[in-house]
Amino acid sequence: MGRNLFQKIWDDHLVRQLDSGQYQVFMALHLIHEVTSPQAFGMLKDKGLSVVYPQRTYATVDHIIPTDNQSRPLADDMAEKMIQVLSDATDQYGIEFFAPESGSQGIVHVVGPELGLTQPGMTICCGDSHTATHGAFGCIAFGIGTSQVRDVLATQTLAMDRLKVRRIRVEGELGVGVTAKDVILHIIRVLGVNGGVGYAYEYAGSVIDGMTMDERMTVCNMSIEGGARCGYINPDETTFEYLRGRERVPSGDEFETACEKWRGYASDDDAKFDDEVVINASGIKPTVTWGVTPAQAISIEEHIPSPENEEGLAKNLITDALNYMKLKPDTPIKGTRIDVAFIGSCTNGRLSDFEQVAKVISGRKVADNVRAIAVPGSEKVDVAARAAGLDKVFEQAGFEWRKPGCSMCLAMNPDKLVGDEVCASSSNRNFIGRQGSPTGRTILMSPIMVAAAAIEGHVADAREVFELTGGAS
Amino acid sequence: MSLAKIAGRGVYVQGNDIDTDRIIPARFLKCVTFDELGPSLFADVRFEEDGTSKGHVLDAPQHQGAEILISDDNFGCGSSREHAPQAIAKFGLKAVVAGSFAEIFQGNCTTLGIPCVVMEKDDREKLTADVEQNPDAEIIIDLEGMQIICVNAIYPITMKESTREAFLTSTYDPLNDLLSSPKDIQQVAEKLGYSPGVDHG
Repeated sequence: MGRNLFQKIWDDHLVRQLDSGQYQVFMALHLIHEVTSPQAFGMLKDKGLSVVYPQRTYATVDHIIPTDNQSRPLADDMAEKMIQVLSDATDQYGIEFFAPESGSQGIVHVVGPELGLTQPGMTICCGDSHTATHGAFGCIAFGIGTSQVRDVLATQTLAMDRLKVRRIRVEGELGVGVTAKDVILHIIRVLGVNGGVGYAYEYAGSVIDGMTMDERMTVCNMSIEGGARCGYINPDETTFEYLRGRERVPSGDEFETACEKWRGYASDDDAKFDDEVVINASGIKPTVTWGVTPAQAISIEEHIPSPENEEGLAKNLITDALNYMKLKPDTPIKGTRIDVAFIGSCTNGRLSDFEQVAKVISGRKVADNVRAIAVPGSEKVDVAARAAGLDKVFEQAGFEWRKPGCSMCLAMNPDKLVGDEVCASSSNRNFIGRQGSPTGRTILMSPIMVAAAAIEGHVADAREVFELTGGAS
Repeated sequence: MSLAKIAGRGVYVQGNDIDTDRIIPARFLKCVTFDELGPSLFADVRFEEDGTSKGHVLDAPQHQGAEILISDDNFGCGSSREHAPQAIAKFGLKAVVAGSFAEIFQGNCTTLGIPCVVMEKDDREKLTADVEQNPDAEIIIDLEGMQIICVNAIYPITMKESTREAFLTSTYDPLNDLLSSPKDIQQVAEKLGYSPGVDHG
């Protein structure tokens, strides 16, 4: 009987079963950053342990790094200290560190793929829940806690339970102006924020097959918002072409041999899945959130839901979300005034995200009431965008073009909402207080929808604002 | 230390999908140790910006010293930050009872020795009513019998079997177990035959 990708990678990386019934699983690649990892080095020290496979761990800084002025020492003493602790630890243990201004620094989930560290068939972990991003390459990639970072440093393995696999097939064709971000927001809306608990998601179907690697990363990135700790896409020619020639990928004949091996990890035609869901692509519209979880989402054409149509806890959840968001039920989401527009993050901070937006904002202006920032996901994205003149296009339109980092996605750096500002955001979480103000409000959407909102000054339909017709998106 | 039985008073924090940003807002993640996180648990729902109390249930006089946190569905969703269970532990809570849990959070709790037990909605409603009427009532979480005992009532609970086993045998922190098989690990590493970025092929 055929196996799916999850089973193949699991079998390859399985060390043994533990007495508890959990499994010890080898981690091919471990990524670390300054927020969740420095404490793990302290834990190692306390136990007199060392790092066993330092060449399988790579470090960078992303969460706390300012995106305006990155000169060291950073103005924020604690941020500086966190980077220093990470830098010292990587020195001590012989771990490669992509430091600011090294040319390779950036958001950890942008850096791994663009360097080619992320390769099909790997188990990948990182102390960050958006590690599922790497699943786009046909990897089992997932977020872990700091104690598990310690476990990986000390043993290169983790204690895990086997996951079930749900295949989500997105079939048909996406409409004009409908992006990968809309696909994943739609999936989360349909399956719920906890629909994926206990599952790895395999994204498949004609829409996924036709996506670029950047788009696939956007989809896999938000698996965790649907409750799935990891989400993946089978490796194919698109994957291999993306990897060909990357810095940390083998070249020449070795590359062809690697492709053969990678191809073998794709789910077999007769593979079994624990569950399957089919999503009709034509039903997916540009999607935006209205509430405080990523599943509280509607299409741009819909009205904000009313608690009156629900009962019990469901009713309370809508009421609470609307109170926090200060939105009126039964009114269109379109037209909701915004104060801030943010394009960036591990979800939508790659070169193609900025290319798409540049194409539509060229010659237009951000509305007077909007503070707009564009934050490249890595130094490499920044360099490539500047080389193509994208920074100028953004600046001329009234965006600030920043330096790479997580920025306003999570507000561990100076980029934050103030008071109850509303942010049209290309990031991944609209939780209460997520963007740094306890009363700040986040509306998640695709980068071109953020651009449309920035220009109109309120939530808008990018298809109308940019007069998108067949072929452009 | 076996965590087969945990006893303490309860406190009910109502709501589905309580995420780790709410449990510990991101600004408190600016630290290089977890030691100081306790007071910041649920900071933004407990305190105004000037630090005055919003009257959150965790700060209610009758719930001071509570050791068992009760909540609803999908507790701990969102970010993988271990700061969330660390803050829970440093605050003095020893276990969490909920309708369901997000996986990364639950795994992090397990490693720290904080059992996350699942309880059906009807039972949870009775338990939270008990706790609200009688905040001094002792709740006993019994992982051997997979039940909670409170005010003479017994409620069934569930937990993944491997997790339960880890608590019963005090192996919830798996590090020693993981360290005990370096040869097996080496074999897998050699069989895989590649290292990212270094030893291709």
